[in-house]
Amino acid sequence: MFEVIFLQFLNGLDKGAAYALIALGLTLVFGTLGVVNFAHGALFMLGAFCAVSVRMFLTMETVTVDPEKLSPWGTPLEVREPLVQAWLGDFGAVLVNYSVPISILITIPVMLLVGIALERGIIKHFYKRTHAEQILVTFGLAIVAQEVIKSVFGPNPIPQPMPTDLRGAADIGSWLGMQANVITYPLWRLIYFIFAGVVIGGVFAFLQFTTFGMVVRAGMADRETVGLLGINIDRRFTIMFGLAAVVAGMAGVMYTPLLPPNYHIGMDFLVLSFVVVVVGGMGSLPGAVAAGFLLGILQSFASMTQVKAIIPGIDQIIIYLVAVVILLVRPRGLMGRRGVMEA
Amino acid sequence: MSNLMPRNDLLLLLGFAIVVLAMPIWLAPFGAGYPDLLQRFMIFGIFAVGFNILFGLTGYLSFGHAAFFGVGSYAAVWSFKLLTLDAIPAIIFAVAISGLFALVIGFLCLRRSGIYFSILTLAFAQMSYNLAYSVLTPITNGETGLQLTLSDPRIVDVALGKTLVGQPVPNILGQPLSGYAGFYFCAGFLILAFFLAQRVAGSPFGMMLKAIKSNQTRMQFTGFNTRPYALSAFVISGMYAGLAGALLAVTDPLAGAERMQWTASGEVVLMTILGGVGTLVGPVIGAWIIKYFENILSALNDNILARFWSFLPEGMDSVLVKITSKFVGDGWHLTLGLAFVIVVIFLPGGIMEGVRRIAAAFRRSDNSAKPSARTQPAE
Amino acid sequence: MEKSNVVLHVADVHKRFGGLHALADIDLAVEEGKTHAIIGPNGAGKSTLLNVIIGKLAPTSGQVVFDGQILTGRKPFQINQLGIARVFQTPEIFADLSVLHNVMIPALAKRDGMFKLNMLRTLDSETGIRAEAEHMLEDVGMINRRDMMAGSLSRGDKRRMELAMCLIQHPRLLLLDEPTAGMSRHDTNTTIELLKKIKSRGMTKVIIEHDMHVVFSLADKISVLAQGRIIADGSPDEVRGNPKVQEAYLGGAH
Repeated sequence: MFEVIFLQFLNGLDKGAAYALIALGLTLVFGTLGVVNFAHGALFMLGAFCAVSVRMFLTMETVTVDPEKLSPWGTPLEVREPLVQAWLGDFGAVLVNYSVPISILITIPVMLLVGIALERGIIKHFYKRTHAEQILVTFGLAIVAQEVIKSVFGPNPIPQPMPTDLRGAADIGSWLGMQANVITYPLWRLIYFIFAGVVIGGVFAFLQFTTFGMVVRAGMADRETVGLLGINIDRRFTIMFGLAAVVAGMAGVMYTPLLPPNYHIGMDFLVLSFVVVVVGGMGSLPGAVAAGFLLGILQSFASMTQVKAIIPGIDQIIIYLVAVVILLVRPRGLMGRRGVMEA
Repeated sequence: MSNLMPRNDLLLLLGFAIVVLAMPIWLAPFGAGYPDLLQRFMIFGIFAVGFNILFGLTGYLSFGHAAFFGVGSYAAVWSFKLLTLDAIPAIIFAVAISGLFALVIGFLCLRRSGIYFSILTLAFAQMSYNLAYSVLTPITNGETGLQLTLSDPRIVDVALGKTLVGQPVPNILGQPLSGYAGFYFCAGFLILAFFLAQRVAGSPFGMMLKAIKSNQTRMQFTGFNTRPYALSAFVISGMYAGLAGALLAVTDPLAGAERMQWTASGEVVLMTILGGVGTLVGPVIGAWIIKYFENILSALNDNILARFWSFLPEGMDSVLVKITSKFVGDGWHLTLGLAFVIVVIFLPGGIMEGVRRIAAAFRRSDNSAKPSARTQPAE
Repeated sequence: MEKSNVVLHVADVHKRFGGLHALADIDLAVEEGKTHAIIGPNGAGKSTLLNVIIGKLAPTSGQVVFDGQILTGRKPFQINQLGIARVFQTPEIFADLSVLHNVMIPALAKRDGMFKLNMLRTLDSETGIRAEAEHMLEDVGMINRRDMMAGSLSRGDKRRMELAMCLIQHPRLLLLDEPTAGMSRHDTNTTIELLKKIKSRGMTKVIIEHDMHVVFSLADKISVLAQGRIIADGSPDEVRGNPKVQEAYLGGAH
């Protein structure tokens, strides 16, 4: 029984990590800029498609027709060779194999630019507008982003293979001194979890230990006072938006091997991530992370057949149900401050 | 007459009714004069008018209204299956059920306001959607969707000795509601819905809703319990959504869960914003425009575009075909998203604000001497 | 307590915010038909006290009794329905509605109670309420602005309109939170005249004010609040002569 529970716990971690990463970015934007960003899911999706693009680029092929050889159908044989492999030999093959992790390097600057452009171009004009208008304009932006991706990459999911070396499963049970092969866990999920931990830790450390982070945290607590100190809060907030976009983008890249991305993957995650933010408490970074993992794990338990036998359909609604209960009983969420956006 | 409603409102209602009823004529040159699309104009017009009572008048942004729309559809189809193929009982049943559903959901959601309210409605709607696809399959028939079959019980019809000829089709007093009959049936309901919305907006109750949107604190300190007011608005708009859903089931008796998805809720928000939040006519116009362009743009393809751009020199036309093709057909949502962003940024009051601005500009050039004392929006 | 009829009794009220003792041992008796001013330096707890009376804040201990009924624990709208209206420091008005409608709404609250599904009549058919509102606007000298959007009024007019919104309910008790703050001298004098006019109608008022000119021209009784405690209580002359008050408040300011 313990093994079953532990396994479900592990199964919840990777989804929870994705929720936590998206919710973290949402909260950064909300806490610093006071903007409810419905386009945040689209940033996750754009990150995922950075990975798709990098792989498409790396796997561009030359097609040469070898007149000497014939295919089984009697036509001249077409020889396809990835360009990277042709130029770089074995190293090229390694690049193709590791396309997903490599995409991270491309994604960071791309998403930073996207985030900054978005904030400077549109979002900054909405600081003083109502939350409803913020929701509406970012919702519109999300539709645009998603439709652009759809028209470029098509409507169908595009699978992204994980590197061959990382395809196996980790025998976590034996690591913990239990029987071998009882608790095994796909390696990539483990990597995703660790990756999320590193990113989350990085963001927290950045906010905790740098002067930049200190100003931003002060700004989250009391924007006006910090503005009065003569610190250019706006530029820092622009960078925060870029940072949130980068976090969302990286979360998207690393998730591609677990779920082939399509154009509406962002929206699917966004709705859930909003719920996560609310459960954690609007404006609370630790709350967002904790709620992300909590809900991921709860969802994993709810999809156990034993649980579903008792409460049919619970796996479909568990997250929303938790959110509804939290909102009604404790509107400030698990770790939020009282009165944030209650009006 | 003036007891019923002010003269201006009556004129607006008359004008609206004429525009609606004459639609098959004046929309024909725009390629939209066919019953199927016209029915949709009516149905989503009703949905948007009702949504505006909650969002436009009362100021609560619901992201879950499609749930009531979907419930209305399911309820209507069940009425066709179990009771009778007559449309009126189905509509009454659907409106009652969705109103009841809205009462429960609204009671819970309205304990919070602002963004929390929006997320609560979203959560409830997604729960309904997910359940409709999974556990509630006996009621909703899951992915296939709920449809009419020859073997449905239809106890009232059977008791009255009506026999079915051919496929089961919803009717009213024996007149099948397909084609233009369906359109006029829906048009009658849209005009009725519009009239009722006018009455609500023009009543003391409607003023309370506007006051709640304007300043909730002052309402409280003025001695009003705001929650039952907001709940009434929520239930009314839920019933409108249920009516719209039922009419969709009348004209096309197949109810699927995708009608309840949050993107469908988002669509009605778009309609209302695009047309003009808080105005009576705006949301209807928004609904018409979105449904029109959905239909027209999504039907365009490269061939049609090539013909359209063919007056341009060789090469340039194919470039333009390539570019414009991204905005039509399957890509029409891109156009919608862009239009929406532009409206929210530059014209937060929607099309109605644009009309008002243009009218104001004309008036100013007409008599620049007379200062405008009336600041109330002309509705 | 004196023998005269006390309409509002703040009994032994304490209010703590965390470690801060915002209100301590407040005992206040407001007599029917009198104007009772609460003065004190900034941060003395005046607004907190008003918020406790009106039900916006719950006291840590003690209670507020109005006309034999305990206010503590009631919602703002219930307190209003008992006959208490409030003018805020920054006007709380319906900015998107016309001035006339702003004044009609409280009149409807008085007539219809806290909730009525009044959908079958049109607003235009509410001739009685409309006439009442127009009359009220005439009283405060704003009838020529009746069709203006309330949000576009000047600051002074917003306050006057808010006052009209309270007066149209004929409250038994009117709470005024710095009704002349930020007003020009001229507007202040108009407001004082207006408040004197109401006084002759026998309405009880509790007024929080900074401006000594306003306080001494209106108040029958003054309570001086300093650091969350009432340090003096009495007629304007008594308070003016009280050395403790001069030290804590008047001495510093004048």
